Amino acid sequence: MTVPIHLRHDETFVLNLGPQHPATHGVLRVKLTMDGEYIVKAEPVLGYIHRMHEKMAECGTFAQFMPNTARMDYLHALAFNHGWALVVEKAAGIEVPERAEYIRVITVELNRIASHLLWWAAFLLDLGGFTPLLYAFDDREKIIDLLERVTGSRLTYCYMRFGGVYNDIDEEFITGTRDFIKRLRGRMPRLYHDLVTHNIILIKRIKDIGIISAEQCRRYGATGPVARGSGINYDIRKNEPYSVYPEFDFDVPVFDEGDSMARYMVRMHEMEQSMRIIEQALDKLPDGPVMGKSPKVLKPEAGYYYSAVETARGSLGHRLVCDGGKNPYKLKLRSPTFSNLSLYGEVAEGMLLADALAFMGSLDLVIPEIDR
Amino acid sequence: MDMREKIRVALAELFPESAPLVHLEGEGDQEVPPRESGVLVTDFTKHGSHLDVLCRPDQVVPVAHIMDREGFFLEAIAGVDWLDKQQFEVLYDYNRLGGEHCRVMVRTRVPRNEPVVPTISAIFPAADWHERETFDFYGIHFQDHPNLIRILLPEDADFHPLCKDYMP
Repeated sequence: MTVPIHLRHDETFVLNLGPQHPATHGVLRVKLTMDGEYIVKAEPVLGYIHRMHEKMAECGTFAQFMPNTARMDYLHALAFNHGWALVVEKAAGIEVPERAEYIRVITVELNRIASHLLWWAAFLLDLGGFTPLLYAFDDREKIIDLLERVTGSRLTYCYMRFGGVYNDIDEEFITGTRDFIKRLRGRMPRLYHDLVTHNIILIKRIKDIGIISAEQCRRYGATGPVARGSGINYDIRKNEPYSVYPEFDFDVPVFDEGDSMARYMVRMHEMEQSMRIIEQALDKLPDGPVMGKSPKVLKPEAGYYYSAVETARGSLGHRLVCDGGKNPYKLKLRSPTFSNLSLYGEVAEGMLLADALAFMGSLDLVIPEIDR
Repeated sequence: MDMREKIRVALAELFPESAPLVHLEGEGDQEVPPRESGVLVTDFTKHGSHLDVLCRPDQVVPVAHIMDREGFFLEAIAGVDWLDKQQFEVLYDYNRLGGEHCRVMVRTRVPRNEPVVPTISAIFPAADWHERETFDFYGIHFQDHPNLIRILLPEDADFHPLCKDYMP
């Protein structure tokens, strides 16, 4: 027997979304106060996959923390490798051979495409479209195979070393990468854009939904595609160039609308830009060693160090404090989605529940990176 | 006037020459020369920030107001436990979204037995979660924070794991 529910207009109820909800892609919980279908208050509850990586960093040596970095953002693990390698190299004054930096950029950008492809697949799955997932995973599989060839792992890479990378790339990787780029470029217009981007159902679901203003991005410290979808032209690769990024010609896609569609478009255009970077890096790839000289035991000078890299989700910062010992004295990980998610409560207010889920998908959340 | 110089001048007003500087004994384990100003220009290629600001806890809010006025955003807040000095340090990282590149590190020190710092979450909502995290890990109390509860650790946890004397 069903009992009819009569809600007074001023009467609200609490709806618990997650931590085991398919739309939260992991273990994120959102405590929603609802007025019918409308959200009165949304409060993300974090920490369900918290592993205290920062304490692990303090307890081990610098090199011992490298495998941990890949286990935070498992979708763009190489960028986390890269960020940790860069901050330690900065603190310890380690030189990296040019070829190694080129290889780092090639693999990081391949990984970025893989990350965006998986986001695209999962986002559309949230919205009820299953077929795109099959196309995206087909392409992503090619990247994973290529990266497995050089790094030895498929998801949680531990490829970078202080002073270079652990393995050189070979001819087969180079031709495989070129073939992949040709293939993805060929599939992009029909399978990605005609089927999905221009699809009226998608446009109706995400256009003008979840509008974030540029000022909100600044106050909450949102970066990456979230900020670029709100008209902020900010990309660490351009604004604070690191590695060999200044050598390449690429654009930073920026959209002014600030809605979920704008964030979608930023990521779709970023894949093309990443392919451009990879092509140029393969063309210019210098010869030489892939590992520089690096001391066996690292003891950086006491002091404060900061280094930032652009991951698929935004700016990843490492705030490192050294006391002259062989362990990091303190490491703070400024993970991009932690800040990106913090504006969720403010923006989701007044939204329909179904729209708020589409909006959540457009933020591209990776929970282990938020919880660390 | 370029951005870095502008910020340096704006922040320097908070540190008049007559006021005593924050006691700086022992940063890390090394002997450090006495610091001559609250605002120091640092080598970006070596340290990753342009300015290093050391202030008293009650200056954290005025500094945040200046950063907000100049269009900065808050990257992160971190705690550091200097156990041998019996002090906690709170580190604020500011940066700009585009325009001229300028990273500012602001830090303040509080005694370990009474760690209280005013909140800046009313100025930067980004600070809300970062302050909760710092409270979670170190037990540093952010005065007037609207919702200072645990964020990453379980709500019934009774320990602060990043303290150097924490034993599981």
